[in-house]
Amino acid sequence: MSRAVTADEMDVEAGGKNYLNAEKGIVSWLTTVDHKRIGLMYLVSTLTMFMIAGIFALILRFELLRSGQDVLTPGQYNQAFTLHGAMMVFLFIIPAIPGGLGNFVLPIMIGAKDVAFPKLNLLSLYLYWTGAIFTASSIVSTGLDTGWTFYVPYSTTVSQTSVIAVTFGAFILGFSSILTGLNFIVTIHKLRAPGVTWYRLPLMLWAIYATSIVQILATPVLAITLLLLILERAFHVGIFDPKLGGDPVLYQHFFWFYSHPAVYIMILPGMGIISDLIAVHSHRRIFGYKAIAFSSVAIALVGFMVWGHHMFTSGQSELSSTIFSFITFFVAVPSGVKVFNWTGTMWGGSVAWNTPMFYAMSFLFLFTIGGLTGLPLAMIGLDLHLHDTYFVVAHFHYVMMGGAVIAFIGGLHHWWPKMTGRMYNETTAKIACGLIFVGFNMTFFTQFFLGARGMPRRYHTYLDQYQPLHAFSTYGSWVLGAGLFLVLFTFIHSLFKGERAPANPWGGRSLEWQTPSPPPTENFHKTPVVTHGPYDFATTGK
Amino acid sequence: MMSASTEAAQEKGSPDFVVAHHFDKADTQFDAGRLGIWLFLVTEILFFGGLFCAFFIYRGWYFDSFVEAHHHLDKKMGALNTVFLITSSLTMALGVRSAQRSARKETVGFLLATVLLACAFLVVKYFEYTHKIHDGLLPGAMFHAQGFTTQHPGVFYAIYFVMTGIHGLHVVIGIGLILWILIRAQKGEFSSRYYAPVEGVGLYWHLVDLIWIYLFPLLYLVG
Repeated sequence: MSRAVTADEMDVEAGGKNYLNAEKGIVSWLTTVDHKRIGLMYLVSTLTMFMIAGIFALILRFELLRSGQDVLTPGQYNQAFTLHGAMMVFLFIIPAIPGGLGNFVLPIMIGAKDVAFPKLNLLSLYLYWTGAIFTASSIVSTGLDTGWTFYVPYSTTVSQTSVIAVTFGAFILGFSSILTGLNFIVTIHKLRAPGVTWYRLPLMLWAIYATSIVQILATPVLAITLLLLILERAFHVGIFDPKLGGDPVLYQHFFWFYSHPAVYIMILPGMGIISDLIAVHSHRRIFGYKAIAFSSVAIALVGFMVWGHHMFTSGQSELSSTIFSFITFFVAVPSGVKVFNWTGTMWGGSVAWNTPMFYAMSFLFLFTIGGLTGLPLAMIGLDLHLHDTYFVVAHFHYVMMGGAVIAFIGGLHHWWPKMTGRMYNETTAKIACGLIFVGFNMTFFTQFFLGARGMPRRYHTYLDQYQPLHAFSTYGSWVLGAGLFLVLFTFIHSLFKGERAPANPWGGRSLEWQTPSPPPTENFHKTPVVTHGPYDFATTGK
Repeated sequence: MMSASTEAAQEKGSPDFVVAHHFDKADTQFDAGRLGIWLFLVTEILFFGGLFCAFFIYRGWYFDSFVEAHHHLDKKMGALNTVFLITSSLTMALGVRSAQRSARKETVGFLLATVLLACAFLVVKYFEYTHKIHDGLLPGAMFHAQGFTTQHPGVFYAIYFVMTGIHGLHVVIGIGLILWILIRAQKGEFSSRYYAPVEGVGLYWHLVDLIWIYLFPLLYLVG
């Protein structure tokens, strides 16, 4: 890897100046327009939210250890699961990968100095913080008990909690998300370095591009929906209120027109990360580059036509349900294309069992379960039974946590040396990955059985027959929590005690590995000219 | 290799305009800005799209209410406002053209005309709203006008007020944006080499106009 050596040498020449130590002081961070610093601030913010929402989850599981009331009243339980969901979705999963990792790697991967609109990027972060303050303010005021979906008419006429503060927070977060997506699309179109053709983009960027399309097309609909909800609650304008001639089902249509595509805002970047992880750590040219690239776009497009499968029991017409059910099955096709191509990439590769590869393997296993359990839910007949049971809870946690979050943590490990210039302890990182994998399956695989046996979701207590499974799931949540805290420990340890990272610790071929770790403020000492694809490992002789 | 910014300065040099450090040349920066504005307009259309969707659904359900309620909108005032906005779009387009031709005084004049027309729109809207509020022609639970024979005129007024209200908010924001580029134009910041902000605000303004072009017939004429 002659180029990697060059990057390290350049680092020495530059006197170790990089984006982290170029300027000092909190003001230099708060006013920065450097995409790497903004990405890092996004990561710290979203991970903080992940921890708070995760603690809510642990409290919920603890309440469910035994039937009856233990630590939470029924009302508090409703508030805890609502905030767990709302914060995980709006404050963690949606912004974490694009805003955090995406912001950091996207311009470097295309050989650019920054995103197209650096100030707008900073504005996105400030909007994120503002939205987070509104949302989190509900914790110290009256809470929120509507569920993260804010369904009307409960949210507009019944609930006594801070519906307006949280929905306004989500409204602001939506703009943050839109502006990030807009920025990324323009950046990918306009700022690719010489030689970075579309088919030389790392697959991470195809996924980010597809995600950005969904962000700018779906999020405005959420914005208007939440605005109408706020007007409905504040002034009773009647658009969603059946007493005044409005239609609550219309709210659900609007909400899911955003929130189903939003599921792909969460999972697509995760799929992008996995594509890079598997190729780099297998040291093999990715199998079916174009198939993976276009399946991302296909998922983004098909994702817009399936929102009605959230509403099989909500009173939409049977014809609509049938059509939505039919289209939903098509999502499995591009998802399957990806899984098979990832598997094919490892075939004959020289797999290095680094921590990111363990996360990639976990992802393949968990996402496949999550995807396959989506199919029975797409069948109307089965869904009528499984709707609002723990089966659904298990399914979406397998996709969201087993898919998106595992990919995100894997990506964090993958790009950690690049971001911080430090290596982490492989042993504790792998133990953490193992704990997360085991704990996750204990927690959520159990819930498939609970759901299939009829345990409804969102209840703070249950019949005695569900006790053993609930208890097992709670024990699993402790293992999972321990694993996640071990990840945190590994990273903090790395910051203070980690070895210096070389420019290219994994032997990657894409551009971010051809610049020092951590990169200089302008990303490259000299604008790179690219002459090969991001996964051309054949020449490395590995 | 010559540094990117010197190259750009020679090619597109302008005393008041510096190519941002991360763009290779002025054209790329201009293209990026234009693409950004267009993408933003797409989000605006989807934002209003939800409301148009709600309009068509409730119009289908409560057709009689919609017909009855829409007769209480002032078609003349709506038509007057349509004229104001279409004319303002023309002056805006002429303003962009003047900026491209480096005609500073013309640019300022056309932008000023656009702002005045936009303000005239808001004045008319103010009288319309006052009239509606006085008559109790209000959304949902606040509706208290007498003499209606159909069930749900409140739904019509909910949609009327939300759609025209959000549109009005866009007009207010538009006035702010036009004043901003007007001041910059007055300072002579724009020329045939650099007019991206004028064009961007222009595109936004045309969209605001375009949405009204749909609102007026749907709400005032067909109901």
